[in-house]
Amino acid sequence: MNLRGARAIYTFELSRWFRTLTQSIMAPVISTSLYFVVFGSAIGSRMSSVDGVSYAAFIVPGLIMLSLLTESVSNASFGIHMPKWSGTIYELLSAPVSWWEAVAGYVGAAATKSVLLGLIMLATARIFVPYHIAHPAMMAAFLVLTAISFSLFGFIIGVWADGWERLQIVPTLIITPLTFLGGSFYSVAMLPPLWRHITLFNPVVYLVSGFRWSFYAHADVPVGLSLAATAGFMIACLIVVWRIFATGYKLKP
Amino acid sequence: MSKVAPPILSARGVAKTYASGVVALSPTDLEIRAGEIFALLGPNGAGKTTLISIICGLVNASAGTVTVGEFDNVRDWRAARGLIGLAPQEIATDAFESVWATVTFSRGLFGKPRDDAYLRRLLEDLSLWDKKSAKIMALSGGMKRRVMIAKALAHEPRILFLDEPTAGVDVELRRDMWALVRRLRDSGVTIILTTHYIEEAEEMADRVGVINKGRLILVEDKAVLMEKMGKRQLTIQLQAPLRALPDDLAGYRLELANEGHQLIYSFDAKGDETGIAGLMRGLHAAGLDFKDIQTSQNSLEDIFVGLVGVGA
Ligand SMILES: Nc1ncnc2c1ncn2[C@@H]1O[C@H](COP(=O)(O)OP(=O)(O)OP(=O)(O)O)[C@@H](O)[C@H]1O
Ligand SMILES: [Mg+2]
Repeated sequence: MNLRGARAIYTFELSRWFRTLTQSIMAPVISTSLYFVVFGSAIGSRMSSVDGVSYAAFIVPGLIMLSLLTESVSNASFGIHMPKWSGTIYELLSAPVSWWEAVAGYVGAAATKSVLLGLIMLATARIFVPYHIAHPAMMAAFLVLTAISFSLFGFIIGVWADGWERLQIVPTLIITPLTFLGGSFYSVAMLPPLWRHITLFNPVVYLVSGFRWSFYAHADVPVGLSLAATAGFMIACLIVVWRIFATGYKLKP
Repeated sequence: MSKVAPPILSARGVAKTYASGVVALSPTDLEIRAGEIFALLGPNGAGKTTLISIICGLVNASAGTVTVGEFDNVRDWRAARGLIGLAPQEIATDAFESVWATVTFSRGLFGKPRDDAYLRRLLEDLSLWDKKSAKIMALSGGMKRRVMIAKALAHEPRILFLDEPTAGVDVELRRDMWALVRRLRDSGVTIILTTHYIEEAEEMADRVGVINKGRLILVEDKAVLMEKMGKRQLTIQLQAPLRALPDDLAGYRLELANEGHQLIYSFDAKGDETGIAGLMRGLHAAGLDFKDIQTSQNSLEDIFVGLVGVGA
């Protein structure tokens, strides 16, 4: 086992991030604030409460989930695409580093970043909304599990993409629509019956619902199902990554 | 003691056909001896990088096996890779990192415990120590190439691959690079380098492999190669210029050069009979006086051109 190798990747990736720490922290703080000014105060004040909580408080978990997904995918895909593009990946491929050690380094670093971002957003939201967290441990579990699974997903995209444009396609064409339609800003119960059923095919619904449950103890779908869906997605991604390294798909000619 | 030491690296039947259908490497056997400098010589597209990439695990072989030390590079990939350091042909670095950060990363990636003293010596050896805090993008091309070598050596490998280490490097730096490679060899590292430059192979290698169009045409001790393949030339400076070759000497492979002031005689150095003595008597009989004679040996370059020309 080459834990040193995994750690080298992990710290290398994080130090890249720490070089631009101010930006890294300011961006989520500003975007969260904007969301709360627009959705929470301007629009939310005209909306009745949802599921018994004020609209501003209702959107806190959804907003964090939204950022968590996009940040995880973009961090992880960038992290592995960059060396692939610049050619420095030769070193990883020639090193005594197994697939899961590489994943622990790259995906671990990306997930760490997005969890930290999620926590920063959570703290920022507190300035605008007095939300409370009913199940803190479950909240943390959802946060970490989601960050890891979508970082894995981003890692796959980063390996698969043949260029920077391709790297953007999956996030813009799939992740963003799914998150916006995943109940970040509304309760699934608010939809007409047909759409409510269609929505249940959207995996993000399970994430947002589970995460929101950990805050307000109220969910659109059963929590167990949310957890199972997240874990299932993570395992699927792990299998894909394992196959990528085993076959050298898009990594080794 | 009489037993020959096992090779530190051996490739058996290694071949590669890329997905595009290009046959980059026909089944190739190669053994590298511990502690030698081996030069892989060949024109563009010959398959040098492909062969190295298969050994280092960057390219999946279409056929064949590679053994590094006693480890198969697919089954015992971890142990095999730990023995190898690679400085690839293309310079690829993390532009925003410092030299020090990138070499410590390389060492960690290969699972070696931190050793600042070793890395310091390494950077000093490569004249990079005063640049240790510089961002890599701020270095010159030659320095970047040395950073690549430093990264390859960061984990103290026993085998070092240098894929065209002197491409785009000026004459002075090339001499430094040669000196460095020799020092490394003296410290016990086995070195396999690729080059287009014959003088480089001639200057440094203990053994030379010539590869062309995916075929390893020849592997030979450099000295043996030069001796075996080398034609020699005898240049005779005449006292008085000649207009044409005298009929008496028609039996010899002679050429007139330098407006008749020189006679050039080509002979095979490996033959028992060089014919020099007979030629001398012939010159005497023809009444030709000469003021100087020189012999010269064909360079590896001539040998190489001959081989690749034949192989093509
Ligand atoms: N990834 C790849 N996909 C398809 N073909 C490739 C790939 N890499 C190399 N080739 C082809 O394989 C052949 C051998 O290439 P290789 O890079 O091994 O040559 P080389 O001897 O290193 O050449 P050079 O001296 O120019 O570096 C060439 O025809 C090249 O076009
Ligand atoms: Mg090459």
